[in-house]
Amino acid sequence: MPAFLHAFGMHVPAGVVTNEEMAARVGRTAEWIEGVSGIRERRWAVAAETGVADLAVAAAHDCLGRAGANALALGLIIVASGSARPGFPGPAAEVAAQLGLDSTPALDVPMASAGSLFGMVMAAEMAGHFGDVLVIGAEQMSAVIESGPLDPNTAVLFGDGAGAALVSVRPGRWEILDAVLHSDGQYRDALAFDWSAPLRMNGLSVILQASRKLPAAIEEVLARQKVATQDVTVFLLHQANQNLLLRVAKALGIPADRLFSNVARYGNTSSASMLIAAAEWSQASPPAGHVVFSAFGAGFHWGALLARST
Amino acid sequence: MPDPTRRDRLLGVLKTVTTQPIPADDDKSLFESGLLDSFALPDLVSAIEQEFSIKVPDRDLNPRKFDSIARMEAYLEDHAR
Repeated sequence: MPAFLHAFGMHVPAGVVTNEEMAARVGRTAEWIEGVSGIRERRWAVAAETGVADLAVAAAHDCLGRAGANALALGLIIVASGSARPGFPGPAAEVAAQLGLDSTPALDVPMASAGSLFGMVMAAEMAGHFGDVLVIGAEQMSAVIESGPLDPNTAVLFGDGAGAALVSVRPGRWEILDAVLHSDGQYRDALAFDWSAPLRMNGLSVILQASRKLPAAIEEVLARQKVATQDVTVFLLHQANQNLLLRVAKALGIPADRLFSNVARYGNTSSASMLIAAAEWSQASPPAGHVVFSAFGAGFHWGALLARST
Repeated sequence: MPDPTRRDRLLGVLKTVTTQPIPADDDKSLFESGLLDSFALPDLVSAIEQEFSIKVPDRDLNPRKFDSIARMEAYLEDHAR
C-alpha cells in the first residue's frame, strides 16, 4: 500500500547560543568552531521550556497545523529521541498525553540521529494498519552536553529542537517510493552516551563511516527505483556537520547546493535535524521532483528514503 | 616486501590531502601528529582507492589501518595489485 508525506513541522527553542559564547566556554575560537563544523550558532532550551516532550509537542502542533490535521485523528505517533532521559516511560507517552490522546498508540524510538528516518520508514509500513502516523524527532542535546565536563570536540556541535512529519496512506504532497535501512553494531562504542559519563565520539571513525555509508545508502535506494542522482531535486540529510554534507555531495557528484543545509543556524540536532530541514525546505515553495531523505548516526544506524512529489 | 614504487605513490596520495610536511618516520601516527583530521581521512581513503585501483570495503574502514605510512603500506601490501 503506498504511503504519502503530507506535511512537515518544526520547533526550535528561542535561546540562541553563538559560537562566541561556546568558544569562551570550551577554550577555542568561534572561527575554529565554524571551520570544523560549519556551525555558527545553535538553539538551546532554557530550563523553563524543558524537555524533549515539550519540544516534540511544539513540532507536532506545527506539523498538524500545516497538514490541516487534528491530533485526535492520528492512528499512531512515533517519537524518536536519543537525548530523552533514561527509564520508562519514554517521551512518546507524554507527547501523546500533551496532544490530548488517551488511547492512540505512542511508540518510542530511542535512536539518536537516524531515529526520525527509521521512524518515517516504520510509519510508511504501519500507516495502512493504524491510520495517519505522526513521526517526531525531538532532542535536547544541551542536556547531554551539560551533563558533564564540556568536551570542545563535541560540545560545540549540538543543538536542541524537534521536527515532525505526517505520514498517511491518504494521497498527499509526496509519495514514498522506497527506503533502505541498515545497522552495524560493531561500531556502537564509536558514538555513545548513557548519562553516566560524557558523550563519547570517535570522530575519525564516525566521519569515515558516515562519509561512505550515506552516499552508499542514497545510491542504493536510487538504483532500486532507477532514479538518477542528477534527477533528484533535493537531498534532505541529517544535519551533522557542513563538512560532512560537502563530502556527501562530492561523493554523489552533485552540486553542494542540492543538499539542503541549515546546520549553520541550528547545529546538529540529532534525530530532529532531518525533519527540521524538511520543514524549512517544504515551507520555501520547493520545486516538484524526487526528494531523498538520509541519515547516519550512533549505532551505527543509517539509511535513505526516496519520495516524489505528487 | 616493501615496494618503493608503492611507497612513493602513497606519499604522492598523502600530499594531495594535506599541505603539511610528511613525517620521516613511517610509524608515526598521522592523526596524532596533526597531519590528518577526521575530514581528511575519508579524502585519503578515496584517493588511495583511486590511485591503487582498489575498493576499501566497509569492514576495513578502521582509522587504525590508515594511521601511519607503515600501516597503509601494510594494507596495500595485502590488497593492492
